[in-house]
Amino acid sequence: MSSSTAVKLASKKNARRELESVVVRFAGDSGDGMQLTGGQFTLATALAGHDLATYADFPAEIRAPKGTSFGVSAFQINFGSHIASTSGDEVDVLVAMNPAALMVELKNLRSGGVVIVDTGSFSERNLLKAGYENDPLADDTLDQYQPIKFDISKLTLQAVKKSGLSKKEAVRCKNMWTLGLVYWMFGRDRQPTIDWLRQKFAAQPQLEEANVAALNAGHALGETAEMSEGFTAYTVQPADVQPGLYRTVTGSEALAWGLMTGAELAGLSFELGSYPITPASTILHILADLKEYGIVTYQAEDEIAAVCFAIGASYAGSMGVTVSSGPGMALKSEAIGLAISAELPLVIVNVQRAGPSTGMPTKTEQSDLYQAVFGRNADSPLAVISARSASDCFEVAIEAIRIATRFMTPVILLADGYIANAAEPWRIPDVDKMPRFPVEFRTDAENFTSFMRDEATLARPWVKPGTPGLEHRIGGLEKDDSGNISYNPANHQRMTEVRAAKIAGIADDVPPQTMAKGKDSGRLAVVGWGSTYGPINHAVSHLRADGLDVSHIHLRYIWPLPRNLGDLLAGFERVLVPEMNNGQLLTLLRSQYLVAAEGLNKVSGQPFKITEIEAAIRERLEIRK
Amino acid sequence: MNSPKPVEKLSPKDFASDQEVRWCPGCGDYAILKAMQRMLAEIGAKKENTVFISGIGCASRFPYYMDTYGFHTIHGRGPAIATGVKLANPDLDVWVVTGDGDALSIGGNHLLHVLRRNVNVQILLLNNEIYALTKGQYSPTSRIGTRTPSTPMGSLETPLAAAKFALGSGARFVARTVETQQTHLLDMLRRAHRHGGASFLEIYQNCLVYSDGVFANFTAKEVAGDKQLLVEHGKPLVFGKDRKRGLRMKPGTLELEAVAIGKDGVGEADLLVHDETNLGLAMMLASMDRQTMPVALGVLYCDPAPCYESRIVAQVEEAKSRSTNGDLNSLLRRGHTWIVKDKQAKTDA
Repeated sequence: MSSSTAVKLASKKNARRELESVVVRFAGDSGDGMQLTGGQFTLATALAGHDLATYADFPAEIRAPKGTSFGVSAFQINFGSHIASTSGDEVDVLVAMNPAALMVELKNLRSGGVVIVDTGSFSERNLLKAGYENDPLADDTLDQYQPIKFDISKLTLQAVKKSGLSKKEAVRCKNMWTLGLVYWMFGRDRQPTIDWLRQKFAAQPQLEEANVAALNAGHALGETAEMSEGFTAYTVQPADVQPGLYRTVTGSEALAWGLMTGAELAGLSFELGSYPITPASTILHILADLKEYGIVTYQAEDEIAAVCFAIGASYAGSMGVTVSSGPGMALKSEAIGLAISAELPLVIVNVQRAGPSTGMPTKTEQSDLYQAVFGRNADSPLAVISARSASDCFEVAIEAIRIATRFMTPVILLADGYIANAAEPWRIPDVDKMPRFPVEFRTDAENFTSFMRDEATLARPWVKPGTPGLEHRIGGLEKDDSGNISYNPANHQRMTEVRAAKIAGIADDVPPQTMAKGKDSGRLAVVGWGSTYGPINHAVSHLRADGLDVSHIHLRYIWPLPRNLGDLLAGFERVLVPEMNNGQLLTLLRSQYLVAAEGLNKVSGQPFKITEIEAAIRERLEIRK
Repeated sequence: MNSPKPVEKLSPKDFASDQEVRWCPGCGDYAILKAMQRMLAEIGAKKENTVFISGIGCASRFPYYMDTYGFHTIHGRGPAIATGVKLANPDLDVWVVTGDGDALSIGGNHLLHVLRRNVNVQILLLNNEIYALTKGQYSPTSRIGTRTPSTPMGSLETPLAAAKFALGSGARFVARTVETQQTHLLDMLRRAHRHGGASFLEIYQNCLVYSDGVFANFTAKEVAGDKQLLVEHGKPLVFGKDRKRGLRMKPGTLELEAVAIGKDGVGEADLLVHDETNLGLAMMLASMDRQTMPVALGVLYCDPAPCYESRIVAQVEEAKSRSTNGDLNSLLRRGHTWIVKDKQAKTDA
């Protein structure tokens, strides 16, 4: 039903219509529970066997003034047979819980799409607050769409009457009523949500009964209203995916679990230092609740203390990790320099958000690449890797710990607000079968110096304080191989070169760059990194199906870049680099390979649409249709 | 490097590293270094279990001169890094060596939090009332009117009393000593080390180059007896060369008063008796004006409480004992899962 997979609506009433994929967007006040509603719909959709991708688009205000356009919180889900990490360009079904949600979100609905509105919330006052001069339900605003109008507020109140809740509490169940209706539309099983409600409200039986009653009532209405004109149920094709055990996972969950798993595979205890910051705090919350696995989480007094805590932990022989976002990363940069100079393993996760300064904390961007690669005083190289989707975060987190411990270096892992909050189905790996990379701490005092180096990796030995005979001092002052302070000019030259060579050498330890789609040479390569993976991959797939000579390269390793990337790029006539920034990977590629790459840049706080990338590719390949 | 020594008891020399000490000749830091090496040898400390962590400044060069584990970090962040070390390995004996600029200016926030969390480390603040390593700018403890390159007409800022800051931050052990009084210094190092939880020891330390004589009005031999009040738990607050002066509560007020014993009907029984566990008294002792009152040295406050890392470990152990979950594989499989069989046959797992 999205633009690329449009299916003609069947004319026959009462039959479920078959679709390949659908985009549903729930929108309401930030206090309406839209994120929870979307989360439940995601779970039910995953259990029905669909591939899916979600997008949480919410304001920074916790409870913005009711009914205002800036308080609209939205949750989007794209599901069907083949989604590949894209939350969808155009919305097929929009749920608008109030006039403000309709005002803000209607532009996302495709022409002919379904819009479900709660007529009970369309009071004159709410219309005014949303900026409507006339009632959009009465004029021509919805003419090009299929509106489904119910007084959801009133129907919810009727449904939960028996619970004895106050009117204010009762009407808050309308998100569950609406979810029930949407469940019916797509033939979803209500049971997992009923189980969840029973668990969530176990201590408040009134709320439990009311929410379940609302869910069931919304569903029941769908069944009876089916008879009426223009209101139809759909069947969406399930995904054809690899067999295995699945769950849904968000980027934040995958990062948290990946970091824990990485530490386990390295044979290390795990210590997280973090200071609350949107959108990275979720990782702290998840890990703080997993103490039973022996991990230590520490909410530091500031961003600097958070990274210093992690450095202290690594110095003492644990895996020190810190998570933050752009502004916090700026505060951490001096301490990261210390970890570079002292050559200690450290993983720093940056869940990027829109900037500069405080910017738009809840909106996504990938504009911290310069900061990650270059953003420190002096020549201070470290490794930078990036995650392309929610589920990819798991593998990338493990890889970050592997590189940090093998090369005794800080590693910056770039995720972003979009993938941190996005959910996907995930084929659960068997940790017991994953390759281990146990750390060997130095215990032998024979010929030991603290900055002697491994010939292959150039890494210095990692010694746990407490090891007899290996007492030594390290720090941020320049040192020589003995570890002692040195102001010798030639030594500083050499140490600077060695630090650079160590990081450059990581490129020999990681897989060569492969193609995400298409041939390894041709007319146009689209090169991306991070969360633009989904839209780029779809766009390239569609245009290749149309016969265009275009390929997709998606980078996990940002610094050092893969050894073969220069040769790969040289095989293409043109290179296009879509990024949610003003051209940062673009600068890197141009500087490293002297390639005439072009940027496609979007910094609206919203992910790319497939069609935007398609249009840019068509323009480059001069296709006129 | 050094190989493990078979001998049980180490000498002070064993704690000295092979690095040349680079403080200015006559710097007070030498005496503190010597006292530390002596004290560690005396208590039978193990070199491998001892870690010195510092920030930036003259005082922060300390770790390089100790043949233990050492980490010379970045300006003001020593306490944050020490916290990471202690939580990763609570068995290590961790010392933080810092100065007045490092601890109270750029690192003020970290000092506050390491004290309130009560991390089991010893913090030595070598206070010389000046930024020495950056060539003599005024510091947060410099007195009003201090002329320096950055305050040519004199500093305008109210100086911070380090011990008051520590007490206000919730420190459970606060002591003061002077670098030139070796016996007292050694005693205070011992006490700080013995205390479980964060211990805060301020050491008045003379900088010959930039703030020479700044403490002379209570450390010079001629005046020390009259200007120093060496507090001891359970003993009356007596001072003076002839031990004829003391502190009492000024009648009808909530303030300390220095009185002469035997004058105006004041007897020794009227004097306050030092109680290390009395926070109010400690705050008053730490707040005494150096010009008009004696300077209180010794353990101003000591009231132990469980340290942070032991409470973290206890939480982790409690979570483990309550848990019915097993390994990482079971974590990843928690909640709703489903099985995809070959060709789309799906089952709710």
